[in-house]
Amino acid sequence: MSTTTGVSGEEREDLTRAENQAVRARSRKLLIELLTPLRRRLALTLGVVIVSTALQVAGPALVAVGIDRGVPALGGGDPLPLLLAGGGFLAATVLGAVLIGWYRVLQARISQAVLYELRRRVFRHTQRLSLDFHESYTSGRIISRQTSDLDSIRELLDEGLGNLVSGVFYTAFTALALVLLDPISGLALAAAMLPLFVLVRWFQVRSQRAFRSTRTTSARMIVQFVETMTGIRAVQAFRKERANADRFGGLVEDNRRSNASVFRLFGTFDPGLVLIGNLTVAAVLLVGGIRVAEGGLAIGVLLAVLLYVRRFFDPLEELAMFYNGYQSASAALEKISGVLEEAPSVVDPAEPVPLRSPRGHVRFEGVEFAYRSGRVVLPRFDLELPAGQTVALVGATGAGKSTLAKLLSRFYDPTQGAVTLDGVDLRALSPADLRRAIVMVTQEAYLFSGSVADNIALGKPEATRAEIVAAATAVGADEFIRSLPHGYDTDVNKRGGRVSAGQRQLLSFARAFLADPVVLLLDEATASLDIPSERAVQDALQTLLSDRTAVIIAHRLSTVAIADRVLVMEAGRIVEDGTPAELIAGDGRFASLHAAWRDSLI
Amino acid sequence: MSATPGPERRKSIPRTMARLAPFVRPALPRLAGGIAVGIGAGLVALAIPQVLEVLVDSALADGDSSAVLPATLVILALGVVEAFAIMARRWLILAPNTHVESRMRNALYTHLQALPVAFHDRWPSGQLLSRAVHDISLIRRWLAFGVVLLVVNAVTVTVGAVLLIGISPLLGGVFLLSAIPVWLIAIRFERTYTKAARRSQDQAGDLATAVEESVHGIRVLKAFGRGGHALAKFERQAEELRGTEMEKARAVAFIWRWLSLLPDGTLAVCLVLGAVLAARGELSAGSLVAFFATATVLRFPIESIGFLLSFTVDARNSVDRFFEVLDEPVLIADPDEPRTLDAPRGRLEFRGVRFRYPDAPASARDLLDGIDLVVEPGETMAIVGLTGSGKSTLTALPPRLYEVTGGSITIDGVDIRELRLAELRRHVAMAFEDATLFSDTVRANVLLGAPDATDEALAEALSVAQAGFVHDLPHGVDTIIGEEGLSLSGGQRQRLALARAVAAKPAVLVLDDPLSALDVETEVLVEAALRRLLAATTALVIAHRPSTVMLADRVAVLEDGRITAVGTHSQLLAEHEHYRYVISSLETDDTSREEVPA
Repeated sequence: MSTTTGVSGEEREDLTRAENQAVRARSRKLLIELLTPLRRRLALTLGVVIVSTALQVAGPALVAVGIDRGVPALGGGDPLPLLLAGGGFLAATVLGAVLIGWYRVLQARISQAVLYELRRRVFRHTQRLSLDFHESYTSGRIISRQTSDLDSIRELLDEGLGNLVSGVFYTAFTALALVLLDPISGLALAAAMLPLFVLVRWFQVRSQRAFRSTRTTSARMIVQFVETMTGIRAVQAFRKERANADRFGGLVEDNRRSNASVFRLFGTFDPGLVLIGNLTVAAVLLVGGIRVAEGGLAIGVLLAVLLYVRRFFDPLEELAMFYNGYQSASAALEKISGVLEEAPSVVDPAEPVPLRSPRGHVRFEGVEFAYRSGRVVLPRFDLELPAGQTVALVGATGAGKSTLAKLLSRFYDPTQGAVTLDGVDLRALSPADLRRAIVMVTQEAYLFSGSVADNIALGKPEATRAEIVAAATAVGADEFIRSLPHGYDTDVNKRGGRVSAGQRQLLSFARAFLADPVVLLLDEATASLDIPSERAVQDALQTLLSDRTAVIIAHRLSTVAIADRVLVMEAGRIVEDGTPAELIAGDGRFASLHAAWRDSLI
Repeated sequence: MSATPGPERRKSIPRTMARLAPFVRPALPRLAGGIAVGIGAGLVALAIPQVLEVLVDSALADGDSSAVLPATLVILALGVVEAFAIMARRWLILAPNTHVESRMRNALYTHLQALPVAFHDRWPSGQLLSRAVHDISLIRRWLAFGVVLLVVNAVTVTVGAVLLIGISPLLGGVFLLSAIPVWLIAIRFERTYTKAARRSQDQAGDLATAVEESVHGIRVLKAFGRGGHALAKFERQAEELRGTEMEKARAVAFIWRWLSLLPDGTLAVCLVLGAVLAARGELSAGSLVAFFATATVLRFPIESIGFLLSFTVDARNSVDRFFEVLDEPVLIADPDEPRTLDAPRGRLEFRGVRFRYPDAPASARDLLDGIDLVVEPGETMAIVGLTGSGKSTLTALPPRLYEVTGGSITIDGVDIRELRLAELRRHVAMAFEDATLFSDTVRANVLLGAPDATDEALAEALSVAQAGFVHDLPHGVDTIIGEEGLSLSGGQRQRLALARAVAAKPAVLVLDDPLSALDVETEVLVEAALRRLLAATTALVIAHRPSTVMLADRVAVLEDGRITAVGTHSQLLAEHEHYRYVISSLETDDTSREEVPA
């Protein structure tokens, strides 16, 4: 496996040539994938922009005709050449303007289609990626793929690309018109190409470095900013404001310097273009002027040539701007394509085995689990949970309790062996069947923006209000929900804002209750509850769990009371297995843990 | 977002932009210089066609080629001057403008750090970030190019129009007339574009929030298999944004179409008129040439009106969004005449303390409805109450993370509002239930409140919190943790947060359920270590469990926004029904259950 596969090369700046090529190739492949369905529209857009710029460029030539042919003919009493030139100019202008407007809309439609598809893909793919990916690739990084990276691409598509395409054709047509109109002046323009090339090349090389530095300094600034705002309580409580302001000020200054160095490059490049343009104008005028005076060139043609030379340089600055946008957008696309390249380690089956009316009989058959690094977390074991059994999983932090639960909920797949539900390998179940049958409630009870009712309904989107209220009542959450400003319709702003940790957990219980799975996993799900709530939850659990399989992980041994069976884990192994009464009566680890816990209750 | 001002109350563009004055003022001389030089460059560009007129009329018409060289040299000189003027413009504006950007960014950051927690509860960090990064850099670009080109182009177009009238009053007049529709179109564009632009910014913000939630809530979405659901919602939002962006694009297409049609259409009319005049001998060939050459110079400034307008509208929105945050009052601030506590003993008193959240409905009772409580120096007081009873809010009041809405809190008899915030928060340190760690070393995270502390103090704090696991990290206490570093488990984070509060060595220690995420064995160890520490420290401890209560000398029961009883655990257990319900009902219940033979 190459070291740049997926997101692994993202933070490295020392990529080898081959690695760089691999990264570019995959982002090019993504781009082609995105553009292929749009190829007809692309062709149409290209046609429109070619015709519209050609019409724009026709202007000065028609002015030349008007002056050189129209004026003398009009003097001779013939208005036709003048009217033809004027009418042609007007027609070209109107048609050109209509087309340029159309081009803008077409181009926006393409760029919006690309952005939409890219957003959708990243969103869908990050949802599909397994938990082990999310555990190592921090949330902030995914968010910046979807926000700042997409912004760079949007800027390029919206502003840069449209100007580039019209600019390129404009320049090309202008040069063509010039050569057709007066080849000698065309030579002057050709002579200007050498200094122009040197200037552009210089700018490219220098700006590449400068732009990269603006991107890194700005990324650092953003990290500091976001951390401060999300951790504002700790910042204020521990008086970190001054130190933070100094640090942020330093990062802002670094970013300012990088920006300033970019502007300095533009400060040389842009006037450089104007200078080359003006020198060319002077050269054309000198040669052309003498020829006009000697009668070798019509005055109108000289005017047109001068206008063309001046216009030739107009779009070049925009082309330089494009280069900046292109660089940050391609860096962004490289990172996005890396995320999209990551393969989920938990894969949906191609031909799922249907699961009709599951009973909840769970087996771990020769299961082993190790991290990618090879470190074994759960050595090979077998375990059978008969349908309807409530199992408590006990052990110190790091004993492997959560890992076992994650295997059963298929957040991870075992590295060896299989986990089965009613005899079917979990890997053979469709995600819909799997999630309907097995639900896990975790300690971090996350609330999404929206109403309390919406959040409970996440367990069963088609649930009626009555069902939602019933679920909340069952877990003892109804009372506090009704005391909220708008009851079930209260908006839970900013990550559950005003709802306490305990209340959040009650809501996530209600969610699980509503989902009504045959296998329920509770991973530290009662940690933040107060005692009356915990008791209410336990009462609810007794009825809730009576006809389903349940695995409960808890630090508090109070939960054990409702279990039919207790498994004690140590260093990834199940070291004790029995009913609570058996284990308490014995002299194993559970007996001593239980004694310590009883003491702590006073 | 409730703080978003409605469009009807918007100020005019100049009045909005004038608010930038304090940030721009130091850069003003160079900015003005840049504009002046820019105008100079525009005028030079306009002068070139006038030289052309003289050349054509005086020399070329007569077939005199000797005049070509001097005229070319003049034009060459003008061309060089123009290039250098543009260079001077850019170099003048460059440095001060980047400083304006830095000033604004630092001001926003400093202000945000000072704003109370209640503000941050309302504002997602993504919304703040887009203001700090995107909006401010847009404003900088607008100051560097928008304003400058607006002024330079206006002057160039005006002077150019005068020159055109000078060349030929008829042709110049026609050209000038075309300015009227340009103006009308620009106004219409400004209206439609402003609305769409504002909406697109809001929708982009919502989309970013959706992304944030889908990532932070990934476990829930996966556990319930609701990824498809979230995707459908996201697609709907992205679709809406796409619709708005297309509206913007159509508005831009509209103005592009007219701004490209009007100047060139006018030129076509002028071509015919000019040729007629020339044929009649009323206009020289040189004048005709100069007219078209001048009009060509004006082409870009006129065409750029559309771009500059949408740019200005975007910049105005950004300025609004910037000040939307900067105008938020800092409601929790240092007193005018601060007092100091030299050697605080740590007597903490709540006197008739009331609190309600600013967004609580008017009908609701105060969350804290007259709290009276005294914690004597060295005493540890546990607060016990039901979930949602306001315990966490109560602990956020002594360090003034939230401000009491009634009554007062004193330390050693001094109202906490009479102390400087920095001093108050040195005396009061907190461990939060959800532990926030920053991308920094373990050392820096633990010593957040005591950056000058020694290694011994660090080791002591870590040992009280039973956070010995840090020594097994790749670089020990110098391992970088947090969002950009190594991720830790909930229990590990909680222990570091506890160590942080301990290391600050405050007069008053506030612990919000400090052991909730720990397993039984670790909890026992932390408890023992904490008990030794708390023997000498004034502390307020939120407790959900009997084991945490046992850390305290006395317990206060929080019920319906008031303290209904204070006493020792055993007293309350014997006398107070609500206390029994909150803290120990499980035990009795549990016992009765265990008596049932298994």
